[in-house]
Amino acid sequence: MFLQFDKDGIYCAQAGVYIDPWKPVDKAIITHAHSDHARRGSKSYLAHHDSRGILEYRLGQEIQLETLGYSEPVIMNGVRISLHPAGHITGSSQVRLEYKGEIWVVSGDYKVMPDGITTPFEPVPCHHFVTESTFGLPVYNFPDAATLDADLKSWCCKNLNAGKSCVLIGYSLGKAQRILSSLHDMPSPVILHGAIYNTNTALGLSNERYTRYAAGIKKTFQEPLIVVAPPSVIGSSWLRQFEPYELGVCSGWMQLRGARRRRNADMGFVMSDHADWKGLNEAVLATGADHIYVTHGYKSIYAKWLTEQFGLDAVTVDTLYEGEALEQPDTETTEEEDEAA
Amino acid sequence: MKAFTELYYELDATTKTLPKVEALTRYFLRTKPEDSIWAIALLVGNRPKRPVKSSDLKAWATDLAGIPEWLFGDSYSVVGDLAETITLLINSTSDKVSEISLNELMRELGAMASLTDAEKKERVLGYWKTLAPQELYVFNKLITGAFRVGVSKLLVFKALSKAYQIEEKVIAHRFIGNWKPTDTSLLDLLKEDEFLDATSRPYPFCLAYALDVEWSALGRIEDWQIERKYDGIRGQIIVRNKELFVWSRGEELLTDKFPEFEELKYDLPDGTVIDGEILPIVNGKIRSFNQMQKRTTRKALTKKILQEVPLKMVCYDLLEKDGKDLRDLPLQERRRLLEEVVTNSKACNSSLVLAPLLSCNAWEKLDQLRNEAKAVGCEGLMLKRKDSNYETGRKRGKWWKWKVDPYSVDAVLIYAQAGHGRRANLFTDYTFAVWDGDVLVPFTKAYSGLTDKEIIEVDAWIKKNTLEKFGPVRSVTPHWVFEIAFEGINESPRHKSGIALRFPRIARWRKDKPLSEANTKEDLLNLLHATQ
Repeated sequence: MFLQFDKDGIYCAQAGVYIDPWKPVDKAIITHAHSDHARRGSKSYLAHHDSRGILEYRLGQEIQLETLGYSEPVIMNGVRISLHPAGHITGSSQVRLEYKGEIWVVSGDYKVMPDGITTPFEPVPCHHFVTESTFGLPVYNFPDAATLDADLKSWCCKNLNAGKSCVLIGYSLGKAQRILSSLHDMPSPVILHGAIYNTNTALGLSNERYTRYAAGIKKTFQEPLIVVAPPSVIGSSWLRQFEPYELGVCSGWMQLRGARRRRNADMGFVMSDHADWKGLNEAVLATGADHIYVTHGYKSIYAKWLTEQFGLDAVTVDTLYEGEALEQPDTETTEEEDEAA
Repeated sequence: MKAFTELYYELDATTKTLPKVEALTRYFLRTKPEDSIWAIALLVGNRPKRPVKSSDLKAWATDLAGIPEWLFGDSYSVVGDLAETITLLINSTSDKVSEISLNELMRELGAMASLTDAEKKERVLGYWKTLAPQELYVFNKLITGAFRVGVSKLLVFKALSKAYQIEEKVIAHRFIGNWKPTDTSLLDLLKEDEFLDATSRPYPFCLAYALDVEWSALGRIEDWQIERKYDGIRGQIIVRNKELFVWSRGEELLTDKFPEFEELKYDLPDGTVIDGEILPIVNGKIRSFNQMQKRTTRKALTKKILQEVPLKMVCYDLLEKDGKDLRDLPLQERRRLLEEVVTNSKACNSSLVLAPLLSCNAWEKLDQLRNEAKAVGCEGLMLKRKDSNYETGRKRGKWWKWKVDPYSVDAVLIYAQAGHGRRANLFTDYTFAVWDGDVLVPFTKAYSGLTDKEIIEVDAWIKKNTLEKFGPVRSVTPHWVFEIAFEGINESPRHKSGIALRFPRIARWRKDKPLSEANTKEDLLNLLHATQ
């Protein structure tokens, strides 16, 4: 096979390059900066322009990093490689590899529904398509951005009017920026957990409207606050200082009541960086590919569905990607960031 | 339906008691009594029979969602709740608010039982295609299985009490026993002047919390009545109008199961209610709970079984005498009257036995009394303040139970299965094994005991260490040892290991213990023989 799923990552022998390797390699193409896709230790990295700041922040300023715009091809030993929007988070890309007329696309993590801040997903015609399956079950049908915005705002208004702070939980890279964009016109003071504040800076976003969390900060405000923090704070004593508050958790898993109750969330917002059931099917079919490689998520179920329903040659492949982790500790927050909080 | 849906979501949105009671109270205040009675029935678990088979619901939903049957099955096992699975698969985009009242809907569902399958399908699909997501979910809850929203009876009664300005204790009493929402009028039920109108009605049981305070908080030991804690069926024996009723704590009427008590209706004076524990006692010795189960699960009571496992009631409280409610009298006084009633009865020391009072002059010596419990077939001690009234439900402070420490065994996790509801999509139902030579033999399942954090940790480990999948069950690499606590051990031909545990649960995750140090089957058999 032109691409191999080996012990270190997704490997293209012809080009001598790995895509999102989970072990240090010589040459790595990074689809996006989430920690299960972008790992330390490789000799050189290739990614989209918009990923530069955040990759340097997370992997170290000293990394050897080359960046490309969308649809700008590079040739590696005869393989034509280009990046295309995946709609997942800022800078997220699908990797297209073409060699002797055969086209492969590794989509990394992707989202088909526009969210208003990320370059929207573009289907890339190909023969072989590598897809995630984080939400590859027909019970996952996500609301559109406008509905989500409205729900978030009305929840916040209701709590703020009742004199309660709103603590919103989302990953520091991706979810947090979407929450902030939904709430951009709320008049209340917004406090950012250090991990999110730093991530914003790395993304080149302005933190002008926000206050970075510091010990005792609650006392400097009279009115109820909006607090945005990563999942690691759930259940910690850190939250107590914001009493009285309501806890809103933003995740695709919030679609299920069980997940909502487990997290003790007062409210669950179904907000995800990943494609829902409909999105996955649309994306797969739009590529026109006959060969589908299903990775992280409900992969065996989803591969079976693609085979039976659409007559595609769909197989599962093992990777170490984690999709939208809800139960694991927040992989987006490093210890250093926790201290910064 | 609209108001009930709002109530459902309000209850679901919080884990705190106060907002739940407030939501319930608001609901009762703004809802007609004929709807409220249904809400009460649904919330306290007195729900009517399901009108449609769940296999039919699955088939119709699968069809409507345009997915194959196996995919419905896989979705269901991830979601862990049938009503929720169907709701998510239908993915309604309607924003209509339905006009139908809860009473109308429940009566329509009740009448559905007599329709043909095709007519049932048409009705159900009619709702599925028009209801907005939240109402659709609640509708599906109503036509499928359990209806749990973390509301206890006590909370419902508390709210009713606030809404209708009637004492909580009275409300709890009115709603105990058999009543059907189809033929019960809430107002009539609440209006009843005399609680004795319903001849068979028991009193809500007074329950104790497990002792979790220091002796010093209890004051003087002389102020406490000390009894043994029995491991039988808690029940009330009621004699009114020359009729006998035997109720279990689960509010089941079990009169027919206990012919031993038949004679009491001529023996005890009218208007007598005794609270106690029904137990198999032979020659003054309490037999195991296992034997009791043999009796109670048997459909036909033969002479043989009646002789083999004769039951008695160990009486410890008197709730009504000469038709008068005694619950507000101090325990000491109730006990005096109880002794009078029991000793005056012909059944005294045959089917009725007075619970012996234990004496102890210092808290420090109580532990010894507690430890004697197992030897006499009991579970531990009950501590009841001598001046305590008979409370409704579980209250802290006046009654405590102090059980003996459970048995425990160190066992190896070998199988796991995903849980339901709050634990859906997480491996939380475990099967444990002990060593038999160099083979691990499964002997018990346990579901509870781990913290949420531990559950997540075990779940992640299971997902990475699965050996084989058999349907929903996974076998895992034997690696972790858990301490399993249990209340009793019995022989069981139905289990592969030949033994059955009573109330097994996980006491601790023994990360410190290597696999080889788990207990053996022999250890269990030795324990079995020692306890018999």
